[in-house]
Amino acid sequence: MDVTTLTAHRCRELLAAGEVSAVELTRAYLDRIAATDGAVQAYLAVDAAGAVAAAAAVDAKPRGERLPWEGVPIGLKDVLCVKGMETTCGSRILKGYIPPYDATVIAKLRDAGLIFLGKLNMDEFAMGSSTENSAFQTTRNPWDLDRVPGGSSGGSAACVAASEAPWALGTDTGGSIRQPASLCGVVGLKPTYGAVSRYGLVAFASSLDQIGSLTRDVRDAAALLDLIAGRDPRDSTSIGLPEPVGEPGRTSLEGLRFGVIGELIGDACEPGVREVFDSAVDAIGTLGGVCEEVSLPSVERGIAAYYLIAPSEASSNLARFDGVRYGHRTAESEDLYEMYVRTRSEGFGAEVKRRIMIGTYALSAGYYDAYYAQAQRTRTLIIQDFARAFAAFDFLISPTSPSVAFKIGERTADPLSMYLSDLCTIPVNLAALPGISIPAGFSAGLPVGLQIIGPHFSERGMLGAAHALEHHLRVNVMPPLAAPEAAR
Amino acid sequence: MSARPTGTGRERWEAVIGLEIHVQLNTRTKMFCGCEVTFGEPPNTRVCPVCLGHPGVLPVTNEKAVEYATRIALALDCRIADRTIFHRKNYFYPDLPKAYQISQYDLPLGIGGHLHVELEDGSNLRVGITRVHMEEDAGKLIHAGGASGRIDGADYSLADFNRGGTPLVEVVSEPDISTPDQARAYLVQLRNLVEQLGVSDVNMEEGSLRCDANVSVRKPGDPLGTKTELKNMNSFRFLHRGLEAEIERQIEALESGESIVQETVHFDPATGTVSTLRSKEEAHDYRYFPEPDLTPIELDAAYVERVRAGLPELPAARKERLAGQYGLPPKDAGLLAANKPLGDYFEALAGATGDARTSANWVLGDFSAYLNTAGLEVAECPVTVAALTELLGLIADGTLSGKMAKEVFETMTSTGESARSIVAERGLGQISDAGELDAIVARIVAANPGPAEEFRQGRDRVLGFFVGQVMKETKGQANPQMVNDLLRKHLGSQVSQG
Amino acid sequence: MISRQEVEHVAKLARLHFDEEELARLQPELGQIIDYVRQLAELDLSGLEPTSHAVPLKNVLRPDEPVAGLSQAEATSNGPDVERGQFVVPRIG
Ligand SMILES: [Mg+2]
Ligand SMILES: [Zn+2]
Repeated sequence: MDVTTLTAHRCRELLAAGEVSAVELTRAYLDRIAATDGAVQAYLAVDAAGAVAAAAAVDAKPRGERLPWEGVPIGLKDVLCVKGMETTCGSRILKGYIPPYDATVIAKLRDAGLIFLGKLNMDEFAMGSSTENSAFQTTRNPWDLDRVPGGSSGGSAACVAASEAPWALGTDTGGSIRQPASLCGVVGLKPTYGAVSRYGLVAFASSLDQIGSLTRDVRDAAALLDLIAGRDPRDSTSIGLPEPVGEPGRTSLEGLRFGVIGELIGDACEPGVREVFDSAVDAIGTLGGVCEEVSLPSVERGIAAYYLIAPSEASSNLARFDGVRYGHRTAESEDLYEMYVRTRSEGFGAEVKRRIMIGTYALSAGYYDAYYAQAQRTRTLIIQDFARAFAAFDFLISPTSPSVAFKIGERTADPLSMYLSDLCTIPVNLAALPGISIPAGFSAGLPVGLQIIGPHFSERGMLGAAHALEHHLRVNVMPPLAAPEAAR
Repeated sequence: MSARPTGTGRERWEAVIGLEIHVQLNTRTKMFCGCEVTFGEPPNTRVCPVCLGHPGVLPVTNEKAVEYATRIALALDCRIADRTIFHRKNYFYPDLPKAYQISQYDLPLGIGGHLHVELEDGSNLRVGITRVHMEEDAGKLIHAGGASGRIDGADYSLADFNRGGTPLVEVVSEPDISTPDQARAYLVQLRNLVEQLGVSDVNMEEGSLRCDANVSVRKPGDPLGTKTELKNMNSFRFLHRGLEAEIERQIEALESGESIVQETVHFDPATGTVSTLRSKEEAHDYRYFPEPDLTPIELDAAYVERVRAGLPELPAARKERLAGQYGLPPKDAGLLAANKPLGDYFEALAGATGDARTSANWVLGDFSAYLNTAGLEVAECPVTVAALTELLGLIADGTLSGKMAKEVFETMTSTGESARSIVAERGLGQISDAGELDAIVARIVAANPGPAEEFRQGRDRVLGFFVGQVMKETKGQANPQMVNDLLRKHLGSQVSQG
Repeated sequence: MISRQEVEHVAKLARLHFDEEELARLQPELGQIIDYVRQLAELDLSGLEPTSHAVPLKNVLRPDEPVAGLSQAEATSNGPDVERGQFVVPRIG
């Protein structure tokens, strides 16, 4: 069967109607992966046997007794612990690590009957914006195989864009769902911090990490959010959603006010991206919404604050990779200190080491107040700026990424310039807000995403607005690679 | 560590000591996961992904641990912080699975308390409590291979995480302690207090109570000297010995013109010496920062009052009550209040005997002395409250003199027999003093000329009347054989005179 | 800027080692990043409380009830070196 036109909703309908069995559907995706992933390199591991077995178990159940999403396949970013399935976070240091437990989101999806196709590539420990920092492979952008898919959830975004899964889970610490979604032309949702449990998500920056989705459309994003959201007693910082987001059906933006964040549409933005963004602003007007520019001066400090907070937390979170209880251990060492140093120096890649160094430095004696504490105060400032803006606007918008997908290798030599490309997405994480990137158009044949930002726990309304815009823009199209002939 | 410092050198210095005491709480589960807190299980059988520090896991705070920590803080008269948070203390060590300990830093649970320590000489030392904070315990390392079984000689070590994540409360004192004796008294009293609160097993051998000391020395009036952190003193005796050794080491060093380096010092109970473990790593830099995986804890006044209301009577209050209710001198009241089982024993005894002063003297005197020499707890003492009540009764009715009662008590502790049976068996309670009995007999014979005459007339039975009189006079304590002999002597001598 | 000595000190704290070539690249990279983030140190934010959680929560606690954990075999199954149910670590110091 041709899976390239399928959303998760369409999979569900076909299963419910008995037009396809769960095994047939799963095999179709496995075939698709076999055909295209050699070029895309989205998957780190495909669990064909496990997926088919799980699908067969679904087929063995009478259709009337199945849960709504039972039998629908999904791809998983390799940062999520799945019991019995190798979880590496794209790092050599976790090569061979088999988690003895399921992440809460994984347990929820297991209970809902979803079929796990495999683990998706990512920047090592989610540190990066291009998926070039994976220790194992570089994922390609399905729209142009010479370009990056974005990152760190590059594998998840590319996999959905290439139809190697109807949908996928990703994680977003500074834009790691939204930016690759933008670069790959898919929908990327980062929920409010606390909406989804982080238990079993291998931590990068604990106060910023959030699990979300990469999907073909907004409806699927809403459905997947309802499957994974909820307060979790295993995550002290989880809250859940005030109510299920349900099915977004909105087609008009009548009565909604959108603030265009002035600081995020300036010089950093490529002209092609700016053009697409401006036409999206026009579309909002056409749909009855009101757009006005709003200034949030503090967001320009976002990157600096982020590159202190995230590495600081990461330097501590990644200290547990010490070669004692799991993961890589160096072959030979004289003593404990040497074992630690060799294990970690062999196991971590350059970007991870760089960030551990920044974080360790920022937290070390004498620097804490000037760096970490000051970054947390800047965060307060950013939160206040957003609160002021949301007093006047229902939602805020900006381009998701200031540029379209860049060439593989183009930015690896200059870490700081790579960091600066997260300008639009980072402030959203610092303020714990929900954000979504939807495809808004193309610049030189490459996808451009629009970011919609809502107040805390406004997912229902935000997805509604995104749905109306998506419905109007109709740019959720497949990359050339996805055409059936390319698959053969 | 060569020669001991001379007496004169030693006296020119004073020590400044602060103690950091770790109390393992006896909650059912660990601080941040649902694993059971146990002791002595096979290695790595009371663990889960959380306390093994697996990738992706998150901590969730045990509410009982917070309550127990609040109890300890309140019992030490600390102020409970309006808002308290956890920090991460980052350092690498194989018994620390996450490579950070979740602990508290600048916003601890309890601040600014104190403990009044009753010293053996009857004086009272007020030790300030800087802070009371919550944290998690590390796992256990066994040093294997090598000859010594100790860390420095070991080929490798084995890590077991059953203990990892056990809730700890750390009680940090002000440097208000100046001698090893005071340090031991403080630790004993803190142990008793925590035991009374029912929140810990307070067993130093099993490690549920652990003590580190910050020690420096100076000449009186001088500013504080450089301190060292003395670790690994897992008994009251080792604390005392460890402090003595470290104080000596510092004085010796300073006397010979060396300076003290701020470092960690280990006490080796086997040799009685202290050694510095200068590692090749640089000084610790714990890089504390607020634990982002946990929320702040804000205990409202109602909660704090509820916990306070649930506290047992604490030593300070008990001291006051004992002094008032039983009319005890403050010193006695303080000593009894400082040790809950001893205080309980006293109150039961005073109730049974109706004589608080005598009861207090006995409990603080012979009874405590016996416990100390025997190394027993109150509950283990063979002399029960009832048994001691009987003994004090024999003193009260004159059966036993104080001196004799001490001997009887000694026998009671060794044989477990009752006071009465000891008295009967050994004839201890009887008046066997010939001079004393002679006078009594003479007086009684002289006072009863009629019956005396009857006896002399040959009515032997009249002797029984005289024996009864003597026994009445001596409350039955006279030795019957001696009474008989003396009566015959006195009654007969009257004949010869007549 | 960050000195070579500082880089080496921080690497030690982080239990990382960099060879000469890596250090030559890393030192200026870190310097560049630190110079960039230093912009915050120059802001006067004295009136602001630092935020560690943008969605404030408090008193999230767990009842003191045991939950089943792992068996010894499960607990040690990922261990690179295990002896009698314990994790082997090389000689300390
Ligand atoms: Mg401590
Ligand atoms: Zn556990």
